[in-house]
Amino acid sequence: MCETCGCGDPEIVPVEVQERILSDNDAQAGHNRSHFHGLGMLAINLMGSPGAGKTAVLEATAKAAGHRLKLGAVSGDLATDRDADRLSASGIVSATITTGSACHLDARLVHHALHHFPANDRDIFFIENVGNLVCPAIYDLGQAANVVALSVTEGEDKPLKYPVMFQKADLVLLTKIDLIPHLDFDIEAVEDALGRVMPEAKLVKVSAKTGEGIDAWLEWLEERRPAPVEHAPEPHEHHHHEHVHEQSHEHH
Amino acid sequence: MHEYSIVASLIDRVEREAALHGGVRVHRLHLKIGELSGIELDLLKTAFDTFCERTICDGAELAIDTVAASWACPSCDLTVGPGAILRCQTCGSPARLTQGDEIILERIEMEAPHV
Repeated sequence: MCETCGCGDPEIVPVEVQERILSDNDAQAGHNRSHFHGLGMLAINLMGSPGAGKTAVLEATAKAAGHRLKLGAVSGDLATDRDADRLSASGIVSATITTGSACHLDARLVHHALHHFPANDRDIFFIENVGNLVCPAIYDLGQAANVVALSVTEGEDKPLKYPVMFQKADLVLLTKIDLIPHLDFDIEAVEDALGRVMPEAKLVKVSAKTGEGIDAWLEWLEERRPAPVEHAPEPHEHHHHEHVHEQSHEHH
Repeated sequence: MHEYSIVASLIDRVEREAALHGGVRVHRLHLKIGELSGIELDLLKTAFDTFCERTICDGAELAIDTVAASWACPSCDLTVGPGAILRCQTCGSPARLTQGDEIILERIEMEAPHV
């Protein structure tokens, strides 16, 4: 009963929670991270605007890596398989995550894709997020690093306009630099803008068309690769598996 | 428009807490939302008003505490001003975000007759 006036209303009680609203996603992302770790795969969350050149950079990466690295990718796409088809054609083992109307990938979608992925022996696993400079930044997917593709046609002030995305980035790939001679583009202005939103501003300039800078990008990736997994670990050695999967599968 | 998915997670969480505490109706949710959380408050409120219908949150009020972004040097503790280059002016270390990316459910005020 209401103790203030005795009116007969039920008591209103405060329940302390103090937790991130996305704590379920965070837990799932932690689980994905264990998967990537156990498989010895470097997981990269590649984000950027629609048309920033995310898929083209991955195609160029596959071309430059040749047989040195085993690459895998899942591409978030609202409606089509086009990106995954392009990546498969370039030699990257690929799958699509169809998001329908969702503007971002979340950890659950990535987990599902990971368990249906045709190859778990990849050195680098790219998660090509839905083209969007806002929403994807908020969801941890279990990646080792966030990379944002920013094309030279998007304007130097994008980092200042989308600080949340760039603040979360470990690396910015400045794409389509072969177009710079045709534009009034000021690289110093981009570097300055990044320095104001990204504490350890790191920029690699690339052209998927000419291949310029792709080696520097590959070097950056190689430096982050985990030590090789020498033996297939026992199931549950690396993480607890508390969830139930719809389909049976092995956990390596 | 990830605000809709944030609201879906929020309502799920509140329903779990209500089940745990015997809550029958939610009066108010206290949230803490940072300036650099990527959440647009107006969109969040619209999404909440749309999604809370026919849930335990129907008619509940959102009380949102906003948190300004703040950066500081991890070694010298010096504050790096908003809009500045995110490096310590004294030692050159990269600044660290000390607050401003919160998306937190702090407290639920609910009617719980059996508590």
